[in-house]
Amino acid sequence: MLRLERRPSPSKVWSYITPLVAVVATMIAGGLLFYVLGKNPIEAIRTIFWDPLFGEFASYSRPQLLVKAGPLILIATGLALGFKAGIWNIGAEGQYIVGAICGAAVALAFYPMEAWFIFPLMIICGALGGMAWAMIPAFLKVRFGTNEILVSLMLVYVAEQLLAAMSLGLLKNPEGFGFPGSRNLQHYPSAFNAEVFAGTGMHWGVVAALIAVIMAYIMLGRHVLGFQIRLTGEAPRAAGFAGVNTARLVMICLGLSGALAGLAGMFEVAGPAGQVSIDFNVGYGFTAIIVAFLGRLNPLGILLAGLLMALTYIGGELAQLTLGLPSAAIQVFQGMLLFFLLAVDMLTNFRIRFGKKEAV
Amino acid sequence: MKFTKLLTSAAVALGLAAPVMAADTKVGFVYVGPVGDGGWTYEHDQGRKAVVEAFGDKVETVYVENVPEGPDAERVMTQMALQGADLIFTTSFGYMDPTLNVAAKFPNVKFEHATGYKRSDNVSTYSARFYEGRAVQGTIAGHMTKSNIVGYIGSYPIPEVVRGINSAFIHAKKVNPDVEFKIIWAFTWFDPAKEADAAKTLIDQGADVILQHTDSTAPQAVAAEAGNVVTFGQASDMSEYAPFPRVSSIIDDWAPYYVARTQAVMDGTWTSMDTWDGIGPGMVGIGEISDAVPADVKAEAMALKDALADGSYHAFTGPVNKQDGSAWLAEGETADDGTLAGMSFYVEGIDGSIPQ
Repeated sequence: MLRLERRPSPSKVWSYITPLVAVVATMIAGGLLFYVLGKNPIEAIRTIFWDPLFGEFASYSRPQLLVKAGPLILIATGLALGFKAGIWNIGAEGQYIVGAICGAAVALAFYPMEAWFIFPLMIICGALGGMAWAMIPAFLKVRFGTNEILVSLMLVYVAEQLLAAMSLGLLKNPEGFGFPGSRNLQHYPSAFNAEVFAGTGMHWGVVAALIAVIMAYIMLGRHVLGFQIRLTGEAPRAAGFAGVNTARLVMICLGLSGALAGLAGMFEVAGPAGQVSIDFNVGYGFTAIIVAFLGRLNPLGILLAGLLMALTYIGGELAQLTLGLPSAAIQVFQGMLLFFLLAVDMLTNFRIRFGKKEAV
Repeated sequence: MKFTKLLTSAAVALGLAAPVMAADTKVGFVYVGPVGDGGWTYEHDQGRKAVVEAFGDKVETVYVENVPEGPDAERVMTQMALQGADLIFTTSFGYMDPTLNVAAKFPNVKFEHATGYKRSDNVSTYSARFYEGRAVQGTIAGHMTKSNIVGYIGSYPIPEVVRGINSAFIHAKKVNPDVEFKIIWAFTWFDPAKEADAAKTLIDQGADVILQHTDSTAPQAVAAEAGNVVTFGQASDMSEYAPFPRVSSIIDDWAPYYVARTQAVMDGTWTSMDTWDGIGPGMVGIGEISDAVPADVKAEAMALKDALADGSYHAFTGPVNKQDGSAWLAEGETADDGTLAGMSFYVEGIDGSIPQ
């Protein structure tokens, strides 16, 4: 007989090992899937996990990992703060969009003037835009007790409509022959979020993501706010007795995660994407939720999880390109990763016992 | 390295290595949707298959599907170019700037961008004159409607879509002066749920013919359920809904163009150019008009199709006024391509305004 026995306390060792177990299990199950699809499983796994890092054209794909992981890490770090406290911001995608619109609007307002202050101003407005969008569910929750999961999620769709309206109207490129989409900020030096070191993929958004990870790590470990966040998540009643102001915490957590999501949007629109367009958002805000949990809501874990997620995206494209794997198979593969992670998570809290339960 | 090269060339010379030789030409395709969408991307992939069929082992094709517009597209194109693609088709409007960026980095790779307007030495653009198909569709719609209300599901208010609405309206009005268009903007190219909602709303407003500029078959399903509503296939034939509600369709046929451009790369004759082909060269096809359409209407539609194909008739022929009543085309005047390419106004008789 196989049975589960709850551990007296979560196993430290297993909490570090489970992500690795999950990755290995995903490779095995994914390999089987690829085999059934008529592909060589070893080659497919190698293409996804090895080639982007060390393959023939890795000098191109390695920097791309940072470009893809940057916004994921930045958003997930912010989300993790709230998630730790049991405050569920599901609408980072909307905050990402509004941050991008605000950042780009600043740049387009000054176009074609060249000045040093434009980019910093875009950063500030991008963060404020994302924060303002997140403050809507925060305010409604604090004032009227609404559910922040629903409100923040619904506001994603509002933000998408706003994005479409901006691409078709206010921010539309006047030289775009009537097509939707703004001017390309890549061709506007004062607003362009260029690479800090050419050829590394390290744009200012990646720098901001690294700073956010370090700040969040310090805050959670050393700052009283971090203590309040952890306490509220683990023991809400105790937090009340310890004098934690829940309303204030809701505002701070949603505000911070909104600001970081807004920043991610702003850096993306000013750099890799270049322009506000109807299809600007590609789901970073939602994928970041997976990244946050994959990284166990720990900033350093999120850093690794973001890179891993980016690896599966880029490796997945390579597998489509070189092996002709359908994109749906890649998505299933990514889904497996999260599934196995959550499944083996059980080992952190439970022990597997063989044999009958002994009589006492 | 040199030694192996020598061996390889010796083997090739002896005809030993011939079966394992790689194809000479590699053609890449970047798709915005899944190849199984039954519409836009499906038809582009049919074009890719035609290339495979035409050239066999001499050409290798690769594709990546579901590629979001923006930096992801740029990365996919770069990977394709790095892996030795000679010709890359980027099949969505939003790939425009990424295509130009990548093309600048790989001057020896040829790029073909669908529906865009930016070109360079190694970037061509191509698009289809879908509005010619809309003229045929409008003619049938004008005859088929009994309530005189035609519903139209727009995707995005861009020139291509506005052009289609105008063309359909002009020709519906020509055969039925009482016809009225109701337009809903779905702000998506492919979203079955939203498209179904739009179709239901239009039917509630009295429409008994629905034209769509979105790619899913959801509006067809809604019309089939309603029972007395006529539809047309979009981008792909959607013949699974024939003979009713789908009475005809506009089909994008990219195959001849893709084969010709691949041939040009193989021959070394490829040059950057702008192609905008219609029914004549076969880039726009009219799907079979089903028997649900009366024979005389069918004959009229086919005659219009033939006139558009041989160039004896232009879908935008005056007199046509703009929505505000100001003159656009004088008697017998035809629209120039520049105006059509950037069309952002309705013609006279259409209610409502284009979202800004």
